[in-house]
Amino acid sequence: MRRKEISASSTSKSPSQSEHSALNSKSVLTILLLAALIALPYLSSEYVVQVIVLPVLILGLAGLGLNILTGYTGQISLGSGGFMAVGAYATYALAVHGGITFFPLAILFAGLITGFTGWLFGLPSIRIKGFYVMVTSLAAQFFFEWLFLKFPWFYNYGDVPTISLPPMSLFGFEIDSSYIVKYYFTLAVVVFLTWIASNLINSHIGRNWMAIRDMDTAAGVIGIDSKKYKSLAFSVSAFFLGTAGALWGLIFLGTTSVGSFQIDRSFQILFIIIIGGMSSIRGNYIGAAFIFLLPLVIDYFAKTFIGETVSPGLLSNFQKFLFGVMIIIFLIKEPEGLDRLVRQFILKLKVGRA
Amino acid sequence: MTLFIETLLGGLLAGTMYSLVAIGFVLIFKASGVFNYSQGSLLLFSALTLVTFIEMGLSFWSAVLITLVVIVLLSILIERIVLRPLASRNVMTLFMATLGLSYVIEGAAQGLMGAEVRLLDIGIDDNAMFVGEILISQFDLVVACLAMILVVILAIMFSKTRIGISLRAVADDAAAAQSIGININRIWQIVWAVAAVVGLISGMVWGARQGVAFSLSLVVLKALPVLIIGGFTSITGAIVGGILIGASEALAETYLGPMVGGGITPWFAYVVALAFLFIRPVGLFGEYKVERV
Repeated sequence: MRRKEISASSTSKSPSQSEHSALNSKSVLTILLLAALIALPYLSSEYVVQVIVLPVLILGLAGLGLNILTGYTGQISLGSGGFMAVGAYATYALAVHGGITFFPLAILFAGLITGFTGWLFGLPSIRIKGFYVMVTSLAAQFFFEWLFLKFPWFYNYGDVPTISLPPMSLFGFEIDSSYIVKYYFTLAVVVFLTWIASNLINSHIGRNWMAIRDMDTAAGVIGIDSKKYKSLAFSVSAFFLGTAGALWGLIFLGTTSVGSFQIDRSFQILFIIIIGGMSSIRGNYIGAAFIFLLPLVIDYFAKTFIGETVSPGLLSNFQKFLFGVMIIIFLIKEPEGLDRLVRQFILKLKVGRA
Repeated sequence: MTLFIETLLGGLLAGTMYSLVAIGFVLIFKASGVFNYSQGSLLLFSALTLVTFIEMGLSFWSAVLITLVVIVLLSILIERIVLRPLASRNVMTLFMATLGLSYVIEGAAQGLMGAEVRLLDIGIDDNAMFVGEILISQFDLVVACLAMILVVILAIMFSKTRIGISLRAVADDAAAAQSIGININRIWQIVWAVAAVVGLISGMVWGARQGVAFSLSLVVLKALPVLIIGGFTSITGAIVGGILIGASEALAETYLGPMVGGGITPWFAYVVALAFLFIRPVGLFGEYKVERV
């Protein structure tokens, strides 16, 4: 999608070209950003780490998962919430029923299980395309919502259908012991998986995905096995979403239920990639920050300038309205999302220095 | 046996309510290739507007008339502000725009007119009546008749009127239609307005059934499997698909539900649709497309 629009307008550079020329400043920026993220718990308060940075990282990872399927392979999905639920519930089941208390192992297996379910629900979409794929993803969404609510095994036969982070270890630490442990673990997972995704996307696999996205019939003609690569995209995407779901439900929220992974979550993840930028890795985190922080900002301004008189219902409707307006504006004016603005900014930095 | 027939009939009739919603989709998809996610929120919006005008003391029919004017204006606005700038973009972008649009409409409608559940009385009694030994809802029967009348009107409009014919021309080949002087923007406006009117009718029916509240806009999710079964481009398909989904859902909930703990209606329709995708991916009445590289 991005390629096409770029080549249509003669004024902007092609993405590969601009990425290449900005490589140096880009890697410097990446290192600076990483250093800042590592130093963060020592620089700021518990609130900033736990309530702002942690959820943004996790949502960005979920966005990356969806972006692999939608942005790079061109298959639209509204089932992100469902796959996130699979990740969270699978981690819980592995710990409680399977006795795996080493958290990284549990989350890895949970990711693989989610990847498998992604492959399964991706099967019908191999024969179909476009909006029909959306149906399979919605089927997954509603099926998982129902599954995790209906069968008490999934929440260990508790009185209420919720799951909580079981006592789990992490290289000798108790994972629940402090927010700093949780933060560093999440950061490590997010950075590692982002690195994996970026390598995948820059390999022949990623190029095949993009060929399928741009025109799958043509991709088939030049010998790309589109069934195989679509299946792979579904599985990899679900793996990322599952991991993000486990982190979201058990690390960020601590106690969670199906309610945290309903269809509005799927929409939220989709909005993250629209606003952040389709077919962009960095865009996911920018979009996640934007989508997650905007309600907080609106809330803050409403409280400060209008006072406590605003009803929460009205506020949430206003947020909804604003999100919708922004989606439309971004689709019309900035189809590459915030990522393009950031890329331009980096380019300017580079030019300014040279 | 009576239970089976009752369930089946009830499902068939309830299915026509799905059909009503699906027709709105098919209209827009046929004319512009846009999968209009905001159909559900248009439904909510029109039902809310109607209720608000009735609560302001207007008579039922004058409220309907004003609501009609409002939603036609809204459709024209949508075409101007959202669709026209995106006209040359791919269908996924347009779909996502309608997703954003649904947020705008829902947020504005509920923010301005309130989010609490409100009752809508459209003058049809929801009484159960016996036909022989079988229990049927009178309301469902009336809705089924309404859907049939609507389909006949739409069919006449499509095949006999000048607007209908140009509409079909646009659906067939937008560029060719434009080159013989059909104003494509006007056609889109008309089609969105007609779909919004269909939305108003389905909004009235669903609103009378389950109250006017946010959940109305989720009807949109019920229409997707209907479209898969019937095909995205056929009004007949929407009717047949709706009835099939309604019937199979009712039967599954009654006979299959107890075996797996009940509450399977939210996803059962999707499973039926998925099964269908394996057998006939374009739906019962859809058309296979030849792709060129």
